[in-house]
Amino acid sequence: MRHVISLLIENEAGALSRVTGLFSARAYNIESLTVAPTEDSSMSRITIVSVGSDDVIEQITKQLNKLIEVIKVVDISEAAHIERELMLVKVRATGKDREEMKRMSDIFRGRIIDVTETTYVIELTGNTAKLDSFIEAIDRTLILETVRTGVCGIGRGDRILKV
Amino acid sequence: MVLTGAEIVIRCLQEEKVEYVFGYPGGSVLFIYDELFKQDKVRHVLVRHEQGAVHAADGYARSTEKVGVALVTSGPGVTNAVTGIATAHMDSIPLVIISGQVPTAYIGQDAFQEVDTVGITRPCVKHNFLVKDIQELASTIKKAFYLAKSGRPGPVLVDIPKDISAMKCEYTYPKSIAMRSYNPVIKGHQGQIKKAVQLLLEAKRPMIYTGGGVILSDAADKLIKLVRQLGFPVTNTLMGLGGYPATDKQFVGMLGMHGTYEANMAMQHCDVLLAVGARFDDRVIGNPANFAEVPRKIIHIDIDPSSISKRVKVDVPIVGDLPEVLDDISKLLAAGGDRPDEKAVKAWWKQIDEWRGKDCLKYDRKSKIIKPQFVIEKLYEVTKGEAFVTSDVGQHQMWAAQYYKFDKPRRWMNSGGLGTMGFGLPAAMGVQLAHPESPVACVTGEGSIQMCIQELSTCKQYRLPVKIVLLNNGFLGMVRQWQQLFHGNRYAESYVDALPDFVRLAESYGHVGLRVDKPADVEGALKEAFKRKDDLVFLDFAIDPTENVYPMVQGGKGLTEMILSEEL
Repeated sequence: MRHVISLLIENEAGALSRVTGLFSARAYNIESLTVAPTEDSSMSRITIVSVGSDDVIEQITKQLNKLIEVIKVVDISEAAHIERELMLVKVRATGKDREEMKRMSDIFRGRIIDVTETTYVIELTGNTAKLDSFIEAIDRTLILETVRTGVCGIGRGDRILKV
Repeated sequence: MVLTGAEIVIRCLQEEKVEYVFGYPGGSVLFIYDELFKQDKVRHVLVRHEQGAVHAADGYARSTEKVGVALVTSGPGVTNAVTGIATAHMDSIPLVIISGQVPTAYIGQDAFQEVDTVGITRPCVKHNFLVKDIQELASTIKKAFYLAKSGRPGPVLVDIPKDISAMKCEYTYPKSIAMRSYNPVIKGHQGQIKKAVQLLLEAKRPMIYTGGGVILSDAADKLIKLVRQLGFPVTNTLMGLGGYPATDKQFVGMLGMHGTYEANMAMQHCDVLLAVGARFDDRVIGNPANFAEVPRKIIHIDIDPSSISKRVKVDVPIVGDLPEVLDDISKLLAAGGDRPDEKAVKAWWKQIDEWRGKDCLKYDRKSKIIKPQFVIEKLYEVTKGEAFVTSDVGQHQMWAAQYYKFDKPRRWMNSGGLGTMGFGLPAAMGVQLAHPESPVACVTGEGSIQMCIQELSTCKQYRLPVKIVLLNNGFLGMVRQWQQLFHGNRYAESYVDALPDFVRLAESYGHVGLRVDKPADVEGALKEAFKRKDDLVFLDFAIDPTENVYPMVQGGKGLTEMILSEEL
């Protein structure tokens, strides 16, 4: 099962490596990991997408909690939540492909944020499946480069992760 | 008051009432050594290898309720210490390791004796720090001691760059430390405790299984009270020996890979299991799938939530400090007035006594060659069960665990988790320093002792009268045993050729050495050794090289699939 684990951690040097080190040391999966400071710059928020049985996910959350610098851990995928990911795709945009790329970007509510005579950079946000389907929908041979942030997520309504 | 970083380090150690620092000097800790030199409250013990420093601090910590402290230099000082740190980490031993680091400006430049200490030690410490700002030095050391000792204990490393130890700043030592990210649970959940009591009262075939947590949290008194209150059988893990008196009739022996027949059978066939500060590891329950074949309700008390339901699914988890939780259970039992199902428990004891009848620890007492079990039994008798015993890793470790009946906690020091050969002698140094008037024995093998043999020199320098009980069978015995049983008698590299003459080796370090070849001389030699209160005596026992440790559960097998000693 796929889980989205959110955690607050002290914004200190080496804190991230404790988290990633834990995953490699105990052979847990990381599908994606994002990290950035929160509005309170003394804390960072990490979102990890991991795949594992319920027992494994339970151990992951316990082991994360055990790290001294981790303040709070929540499996936000246990209840209603929102996930978003950002992707930048550089595509070849020449001849008839130029118009087609523009149209596909519009259909997926992307934005073209860089234009040259031969390329576009398309910015797209959405959940992982949406970004995947965009890649599926366009002509693969036109893709020059892609970069994705990995998932960040937040609980709906009153579910709040805060100290 | 304005102090240098090095002065602050020493002040902090004094504030923490540190008696001994085990260490080895080097370039990046010279300022700290300079300050050590100028005072006499914190005493330094110069080891001969950094692994020995950490094991000695570890032995000191295990045999007391205190935090052990080691001091090492950067680079190889740290990498040598890693085995010791990992050993302490696996067994949750509270240590503070202070390591020197190259000056801040040199970090990342591949400087002389530079390693990424925080990176290398990260997976084998409870926590570690690199001090980059002298303003944070004192509070970091305070945190290190607090983290090492509280919650589930463990080693904490503080890496101090050389320039930080020379810099000056205003010094105040914080009285207490609060960390928003670290708040171990002490009090158990009362609802869960009620459920636990209910299960214990309903049990027909109850079993109490306790581990190193009982020793670490000083919960032995509370455990004894509860076990007697319930009248249930109790077993200890290798790490938990001494948590319950081994000579008590409710004690069914150690369990696990080399546990007693009765302990393993009772563990497997119980219907309610109370697990106390133990973690169901692979050497204890064998194959979890096999363990799960007999349904049982499990109550698990541990201060570390991640130990619960890690290998075995638990019905009633209780997170908390053992003395608190055990006391709560005792009180609730007493207050309720209900008694366990006495008829059922009596029948269960009858079954256990039948299992006991197997006499699984019997061995050939008429042997003309010295049997290792006999040596340990005599060691027990000669020391009246009062010695502090350290061990290395292998057959001798298991024989010590099986045949020395530990009645008190903190008397048995061994590397249970990591299985570190070379632990025994340096650990014994720490124990002897902590208990200068008490007998300390290091039970070892000729393979293990050579892994930290250099510490014989430290023992001479500090006049540490450790008694080394070498069970010399000329083999890496446990390896040979596995090769005999599971690898078709092919003894690949398990024969230790070209052994030194241990008697002369001990003598060359200025100690007393004795070689014992005959069973009849065992007791006399031990008596002679312990009579020499001021001398380290190295006893080299020529034991039966074919002797194996039984019972034995093969790795990956179920607890009840024991290989027992050949019929005698």
